[in-house]
Amino acid sequence: MQRGAPWWPRDPWPVRAGAAGTQGAAGSSAGMALSAEDRALVRALWKKLGGNVGVYTTEALERTFLAFPATKTYFSHLDLSPGSAQVRAHGQKVADALSLAVERLDDLPRALSALSHLHACQLRVDPASFPLLGHCLLVTLARHYPGDFSPALQASLDKFLSHVISALASEYR
Amino acid sequence: MGMKGEYYPGKLIGKVLKIFCISNFVSDMVSFHRLLVVYPWTQRFFDSFGNLSSPSAILGNPKVKAHGKKVLTSFGEAIKNMDNLKTAFAKLSELHCDKLHVDPENFKLLGNVLVCVLAHNFGKEFTPQVQAAYQKVVAGVANALAHKYH
Repeated sequence: MQRGAPWWPRDPWPVRAGAAGTQGAAGSSAGMALSAEDRALVRALWKKLGGNVGVYTTEALERTFLAFPATKTYFSHLDLSPGSAQVRAHGQKVADALSLAVERLDDLPRALSALSHLHACQLRVDPASFPLLGHCLLVTLARHYPGDFSPALQASLDKFLSHVISALASEYR
Repeated sequence: MGMKGEYYPGKLIGKVLKIFCISNFVSDMVSFHRLLVVYPWTQRFFDSFGNLSSPSAILGNPKVKAHGKKVLTSFGEAIKNMDNLKTAFAKLSELHCDKLHVDPENFKLLGNVLVCVLAHNFGKEFTPQVQAAYQKVVAGVANALAHKYH
């Protein structure tokens, strides 16, 4: 088996990145920066979600607790039964944070610095949990917005969420 | 990881099977195609497939479609062998390690893309409970495929 540097180019979409001038990872702690196309797709979807972001983040939380039960260990102080008002309230907090991230795509680490500090020092959530919620949010949006959930949107959303996750984990150590 | 009856709530297995049989012809191409679009580095194994330069090129690529069908047929076999995944996938595991040199991390990526595609196609039917059952299936398959790695 060959080892060493990965064979794939640093920019997996060389034609697209060259044309859009988005080479490089300036301002991003997660490798390749969000392209103009990624930002446009994410922003357009968020506009469409409107005031319902909290509904979908709540469903994403419910899916996470069911599919990945270990994540419930961080919420032993909450009522996690279906339809719980406490889960809904927490879902709204997640929604507000993601909406902030969408507004501050150019400056995610700074925008999410306080939240990162909270998760790292106070809540001490294992950062391996974050992609699980990210995945369940993708599943929720795929389920509710099938007409919009193209491969391109899925890729852009996945990239956006991985940048958010990276910013959220940035103060851990 | 044991794949006994109590690991999968009984009535959900039936639901998962029903969804999978209907979805097979839809998701076989779509999941694999999406894997190559959403996680472009997975294209590393498919140099011989020709044009993979854009999402539409990938969608129209006949080799991608054919390979997607092969992969998803295997998933179908997994559903029928959930109590014995490691044995069912032993030969495929050896193949992916010794001949294809695929990082097992890729199996998790494909599993999650499959779950997204099922949610996309089945909407309301893909409840949190069904998703949870499916996450166990894809995790079981990924583990079984990685089991013979050395």
